[in-house]
Amino acid sequence: MGLFILRRTAVMLLTALCLTFIVFSLTNLFPNLEKLAKTQGNFRMSDEAVVSWLEKNGYMQPVFAKYGQWLGVVPGWTYETDEGVTGRCIIGTVDADVASQAPQLCGILQGNWGHSTRFKADVGEIVQTRLSNTGYLMMWVLVLMIPLALITGVLAGMREGSITDRVLSTFSIVTTATPEYVSGVVFIAIFASSTAGLKWFKGTATGAMENPTFENFFLPVLTIALYAMGYIARMTRASMTEVMTAQYIRTARLKGVSFPNIVIKHALRNALIAPFTVIMLQFPWLLNGVVIVETLFNYKGFGWALVEAASNNDIELLLAISVVSVVVVLLTQLLSDIGYVFLNPRIRIS
Amino acid sequence: MEPLSWTGSIAFLNPILMLSFGLLAASIIIWVCLNIVTSGSKTTYNNDATTTFTASPAAFSSFSVRLFFFTSAALITAYLVLGMFMGLTAGIVGAMAQQFIPVWIALAAIFALSIIFKRKLGLYGKLFDNQVGMIGYAIVMFWILTGIFAAMDLIATHDPLAQISGMKNKVPGTALRDPKDGAYAYYLLGGDNLARDVFSRMVTGASEVLKYAPLATLFAFMVGITLGLPAGYYGGKLDLVISFLANLILAFPVILLFYLLVTPEIVATGLPQYMAVILFSFPIAFFAVLLNSRYRTQPVKNAVWLTIVLLPLVLMYLSLINEKGSKIDFWPLDLFDIPGGVLVVFVSVVFVNSPTVFRIVRGLTMDIKTRDYVAAAQTRGESPWYIMLWEILPNVRGPLIVDFCLRIGYTIILLGTLGFFGLGLPPESPDWGSTINDGRKLLAIYLHPALPPAFALMTLVLGLNLLADGLREESLND
Repeated sequence: MGLFILRRTAVMLLTALCLTFIVFSLTNLFPNLEKLAKTQGNFRMSDEAVVSWLEKNGYMQPVFAKYGQWLGVVPGWTYETDEGVTGRCIIGTVDADVASQAPQLCGILQGNWGHSTRFKADVGEIVQTRLSNTGYLMMWVLVLMIPLALITGVLAGMREGSITDRVLSTFSIVTTATPEYVSGVVFIAIFASSTAGLKWFKGTATGAMENPTFENFFLPVLTIALYAMGYIARMTRASMTEVMTAQYIRTARLKGVSFPNIVIKHALRNALIAPFTVIMLQFPWLLNGVVIVETLFNYKGFGWALVEAASNNDIELLLAISVVSVVVVLLTQLLSDIGYVFLNPRIRIS
Repeated sequence: MEPLSWTGSIAFLNPILMLSFGLLAASIIIWVCLNIVTSGSKTTYNNDATTTFTASPAAFSSFSVRLFFFTSAALITAYLVLGMFMGLTAGIVGAMAQQFIPVWIALAAIFALSIIFKRKLGLYGKLFDNQVGMIGYAIVMFWILTGIFAAMDLIATHDPLAQISGMKNKVPGTALRDPKDGAYAYYLLGGDNLARDVFSRMVTGASEVLKYAPLATLFAFMVGITLGLPAGYYGGKLDLVISFLANLILAFPVILLFYLLVTPEIVATGLPQYMAVILFSFPIAFFAVLLNSRYRTQPVKNAVWLTIVLLPLVLMYLSLINEKGSKIDFWPLDLFDIPGGVLVVFVSVVFVNSPTVFRIVRGLTMDIKTRDYVAAAQTRGESPWYIMLWEILPNVRGPLIVDFCLRIGYTIILLGTLGFFGLGLPPESPDWGSTINDGRKLLAIYLHPALPPAFALMTLVLGLNLLADGLREESLND
């Protein structure tokens, strides 16, 4: 088990390095840098001005050197002008004496996530606040989604082919066929617009960042939860129907155990192993949903920051975001593997 | 002119339909509740060779569900049939039913032919034994036919890009102020914030969406199959490397990838074209290996087949990747041009989808390669590619066809996501994602521009899901 986790962690690190390097090289392609220079400087810059701006801000180095600096394994760049010295590890323009005092290495290994060109703030702080907003959203999504999905799946799967099964299966198929941007729009149209006149909820979750209430927070939560729910419910149903045809359930039935007892005491425990892994593997998709819903409901969380960073080519924020999301994805994969082994005695013993 | 009402002169049907829907909903709820607490009807076989049929309240409620379901279905059909003949006098519903006449005719013809010949049609024919599959197929075919006829300009009432003054944000059924000769006099589903016809945009959007999604899925399958078969069959280092790459792409948040790839700046670097060079070469490789492994021992036949299949493919490939004035511009015989924005959307959708297909094919191959017929082929001395493509692949077609249907739906959702974020496709494009994105900004005041495309996208994906479910059940019975 220890070796297994160790090997998985090594693969995880390698994957994270590869992915961040891909993001790094894509954001550092020259047209992207040109756009960055023009948004930071001014839009009428000549080509020479763009190059000199990039030169001055350390963007013209080879990609590997920049990537090394970002990681914190290569000394950060410095650039000397008449006014003083600027550099990766130096804040603002200072004179040579102060510059020599500054640390040599300042990458993410040293805990320096860089500076966001879009928000003009420290990337670490931005990610922290945005992530806590999204974390709160995700918590409620999970609270709503997991019980709903498991109950739907178990009820549908306990009597395969019955009416309950058909109705609930149709429901879960409908939810998987409705992406967030469709269900979100429909929910806003029905529950929040003045045309339909219900106005039960608010169509925007901007207020939910300071003061989340049922009124302004329920629709975004429901929108994410519904789309992801259908898939988990279908998996739970499949696993439940499989368990219900097992020999030991038949034995229990012949012994005269009542149906509710069979479901709760005998079947449920085995039927919930597979959904656990599925729930864990749903996280990458939830991340997708978060981006859409946060844009749609104007909730300033992690997904909103991703959209902002990507559309302004904010390299360091984008990298931090991809690091976080890749770590989330890989960590949940690892957890689902470990959890599967832990929950399933057949695998644990062999 | 007077604006159209929703149902016009067939409004007398509305209260009946409402009542029927209400009763249907009530009976479904009762049915489900009864089913949880009681055991349903059953037939008991008595000792004296008679049978006793015991019906419970659940059986009666199931009968009422069926009754109200058919009543509602009949009423909806009545709306459509009456609308088809009465047109504008039957309000917006009637006018729309009339616009869709070519679709109804084609749909009826397809269903009639398929049901008559269903015993001769293999898995496709079996679909018509399955209720769920049939409903799914009907929905999918409805949108496909709509897409085809809309591309032939038979359904849309106006030009999807034309703006007509005075129609900005107008509610459904508004009459045009001063219609030109021969122009349709109404905006059936209203106008959007640029005064374009919502109905025409939705209908044209179907052909837009159905132009890209199935093709992109097909390419993803080619890539996934060509890589998944050897990875599963040989295993070892090859599997390790390809699997690592596939997991790498899978670990990427899809939206981040789209935002990185689908920007004008990236298009300018020519990166999508280089990716297209690699991704689009897979179908050629697939067909070359497919034919070569089969006819390897008959050189003449082999050469003939390879020429027939590969020549058009290579020509298409070269015109596909070649574009005047871009990074790849060497081929003189450029048959068609794909605008950079569309190409990058296409490439990224294929890129995102292929790792999942790869994983499925790899898993299935690993399972199948231990079968006896594979061992028999190995003993016969068949080449590995022959075994993979002509022994293993035909035997995994069931799950692959099912996954193909599901994946088209998923691709449609992805394309919609791209449109929703305004990436890739041109901003005035009538595809559903972009239209939803346009409509959502004024959602609090005007509902009608955003809802029709949302509804269209939802039903199409739902249809594909139901179709996949039906196919799965029938292929399991196979």
